[in-house]
Amino acid sequence: MGYTTVIGLEVHVQLLTNSKLFCGCVNRFNPDEPNSQTCPVCLGLPGALPVMNEHAFKLGVKTALGLSCNIPSFTKWDRKQYYYPDLPKAYQISQYDLPFSEDGVFEIETNSETGETKKIGIIRAHLEEDAGKNIHDEKGRGNDSQVDLNRCGTPLVEIVTQPDLRSAKDAHIFLEELRTMLTYLEVSDCNMQEGSLRCDANINLHVETDDGHVIATPIIEIKNMNSFRAVEIALEYEEKRQYEVWKKTGNTLEGSSKQTRGWDANREITFAQREKEDVSDYRYLPDPDLVPVIVEEEFVQSIRDEMCELPADRRKRLQAMYQLSNYDIGVVINQGPEFANYFETVAKGCGDGKQATNWVTQDILREMNERSVGINEFPIKPPVLAALLTKIVAKEISVTSAREIFNTLLTDAAGGDMPIIEHIDEIIKEKGLAMVSDTGQLDGVIETILANNQKIADDFRGGKQGAIGPLIGQVMKEVKGADPKTVRQMIIEKLSS
Amino acid sequence: MSLAGRSAQELFSLVEQGDVSSVEIATDHLDAIEAHDGQVGAFLHVDREEVLKQATAVDEKRASGQPIGKLAGLPVAVKDLLCTQGVPTTCASKMLENFVPPYDAHVIERLKAEDAVILGKTNMDEFAMGSSTENSAFKRTCNPWNLAHTPGGSSGGAAAAVAANMAPLSIGSDTGGSIRQPASYCGVLGMKPTYGRVSRYGLVAFASSLDQIGPLSNDAFGTALLLEAIAGHDRRDSTSVNEPVPNYSQTVNEPLSGLKIGIAKEHFVEGLDSEVEAAVKTAIDVYKSLGAEICEIELPHTKYAVATYYLIAPSEASSNLARYDGVHYGRRAENFDNMVDMYAASRGEGFGSEVKRRIMLGTYALSAGYYDAFYLKALKVRRLIREDFDAAFEKVDIVAGPVCPNPAFELGALVDDPLAMYLTDIYTIGGNLAGIPGISVPAGCSEAGLPIGLQLLAPPMAEERLLRATAMFERETDWHTQRVSFGN
Repeated sequence: MGYTTVIGLEVHVQLLTNSKLFCGCVNRFNPDEPNSQTCPVCLGLPGALPVMNEHAFKLGVKTALGLSCNIPSFTKWDRKQYYYPDLPKAYQISQYDLPFSEDGVFEIETNSETGETKKIGIIRAHLEEDAGKNIHDEKGRGNDSQVDLNRCGTPLVEIVTQPDLRSAKDAHIFLEELRTMLTYLEVSDCNMQEGSLRCDANINLHVETDDGHVIATPIIEIKNMNSFRAVEIALEYEEKRQYEVWKKTGNTLEGSSKQTRGWDANREITFAQREKEDVSDYRYLPDPDLVPVIVEEEFVQSIRDEMCELPADRRKRLQAMYQLSNYDIGVVINQGPEFANYFETVAKGCGDGKQATNWVTQDILREMNERSVGINEFPIKPPVLAALLTKIVAKEISVTSAREIFNTLLTDAAGGDMPIIEHIDEIIKEKGLAMVSDTGQLDGVIETILANNQKIADDFRGGKQGAIGPLIGQVMKEVKGADPKTVRQMIIEKLSS
Repeated sequence: MSLAGRSAQELFSLVEQGDVSSVEIATDHLDAIEAHDGQVGAFLHVDREEVLKQATAVDEKRASGQPIGKLAGLPVAVKDLLCTQGVPTTCASKMLENFVPPYDAHVIERLKAEDAVILGKTNMDEFAMGSSTENSAFKRTCNPWNLAHTPGGSSGGAAAAVAANMAPLSIGSDTGGSIRQPASYCGVLGMKPTYGRVSRYGLVAFASSLDQIGPLSNDAFGTALLLEAIAGHDRRDSTSVNEPVPNYSQTVNEPLSGLKIGIAKEHFVEGLDSEVEAAVKTAIDVYKSLGAEICEIELPHTKYAVATYYLIAPSEASSNLARYDGVHYGRRAENFDNMVDMYAASRGEGFGSEVKRRIMLGTYALSAGYYDAFYLKALKVRRLIREDFDAAFEKVDIVAGPVCPNPAFELGALVDDPLAMYLTDIYTIGGNLAGIPGISVPAGCSEAGLPIGLQLLAPPMAEERLLRATAMFERETDWHTQRVSFGN
């Protein structure tokens, strides 16, 4: 008996607007000064009325276009009604039956080795306002709960996928790639710690019985997962748990209610929260305080026109241009649009994609991490790195020398001397790093070194190929800019003659 | 002679010519409130010192030669469901007994900008739900013409304040007739403007798609002037209409020529009091004598108006009033077991029975499985009612008829019969469902000495037409000049 895992995700993304969805209050994560970013509208005071933030709507449409959704010409706002202290109006302004976008698709790369992709259907993406946050007494006395309404009214896009994901890993990849895309589109900062990207998952199994029937197990919704990793391990856990439960009880989708389970990150288990049927009837109602939105085609087109290249498209284009491996292009793209811009400038500048990839994904990333800076703050700007790599490509310096120059530039930068292209030549000159492949200049040095290392020479002649490594090293030490390839070739020739 | 009881037009002229000061006007009206409001009960909140401070400021502003607003020095009473910064706004509910808004409603901002003197906050049915002001949690308001009778509702205090000569102008709100019905019962003018003509920002919501703020006054000029001051676009209300505001007060006295008045047979059906019918027909004859053409029209869906209204309004109310949960502001019960119990106890204590009745009606109508049959269907009928009016206004300029089936009933008479109470709004509700403007004009008096109102309805944004038609009627009749005299 085998089974297929069926997963659908609901992702809430906070939009990067200056102000909230229905009022002028600043939209900023600020838990340290509770209730400081509020007004009569987001406090739900009597008489206050919402006014739609057009920029938020625009970012919503941009997100939906990134997911290849249809944008209907008519959409409206609805009230989703329930009581909770973090919801001061006792209803959330959301979208019920006519969301502003629907029916999209998002392609993810399910295998980074082979580059195999999979299309994940998007049922809908709708806009809604975020709630505030309840803060409960940590000491557990239970009588000191407080409410912070700073977050109340923050614009959210809720993205609902089709149940097209087939593994916990798929779900993880989907979220990573979604985050990458949202970052490229600059619609959200997708900071899970600050709650600007949140995810709930629905999962069940299609069990194939010995007689060939397929039986669906009850659907479980998992909440409270605070990282992509948590989503993956929670789903892995839940997959196994559901299979065990099914074997024990034989419960199927029909006749079972949807259950909500929480994720306990410390114990790495899911736990029952409530039966879905207990959930209140939301009594959706078209919000009479807001007018429906008529979405003109020109409006959608203008957003389409100003959209940047989507990461998936950029990936394909760069891969074709520079023949990069799936892994390398993945690293470049996933670091975000600025990083990809950096890469592209360097690759174009030095004309060697492979060289650019090596440097950008290894040296630059390592130094960025060490300094904890983003690519925009990195002291060596793309034209400088491109100039350096151009010298490798033109065989003017060796890779080893280039590393030395790179490190010198970084040291200078730390001392306040910003790296510029001219510095590269100065350092080459100063340290004598210009590539020497003039055999005449090398000849004497090699002769002397061979004469001083008779034992190694004999070892090489006796078949120990690796023995000449130290000899090359010694030559390089003598002649700083020596081209190691030339040196190696000359030593082999001399010893073989 | 006291300035209280003078028409808005007279007071405006006196102020304009510099014959009286704002302080004199305010003082006389405050004195009237002090003398008679113990009997009438129109006001929930009056702060004499604060009122005189406002009046003094207006006088000083004028003396200093600064440009002065169009309501300069005129006292305006405000229904207690418009948020007033720093002044209690209770909606006549225990739920908001101690609620002091941190902001002014758009209309309050407009009144202040036009240098009005805000006299105080008037009594009403709790959250504007009712037709007699008997649903106020705090006090009973009596009809100044006969204290044993209701002033109507829900803007009962606003209408009674004008009728009792305590304010020449007042602000009410009308969701199903809540300005026009009390205006009719109290013998004053009251207009419900087109939905969206006046910003609802800061109006504590009852039924958002029907609520509209409007003026009450003792003459057409005052009604026009007050509407001119409060109307206009406000970007804080998404349903606010973005069209310029005509100078209603300057055109109000221009008669309309070639006026076509429609009479709907649906407005003259069983249940209409014979005195009311006679008064309305006489009023229509006045227009005829002025050269108006009278045509019969049809409003075939009128019979569904009350049912439609009592699905839509309570549905929206159940949603709008959900926020009063005792968490952030307003009443919180002292004793409760847990969070859910806190909600239940706070709401149980804070709301009166009519409000609870409507919350339950609305909650039920919006529940899963009932939405289509009730709320959605009501929206469709609402559209048909709007289309009735659209069709009528293809043929006529104005629809004339009764405001209510009866003159003011006795206090307590309908308290135990909510359905009969609901039916008093039968002729006014259509205007709210259609979103069109309507006005109640004093047009008669019953044998028992109770006022009777004439309702004029017009197409969207045709307030000017209504006001000019009203002034035409005023010139021919003296119903609006009749004043209550408190014997003692």
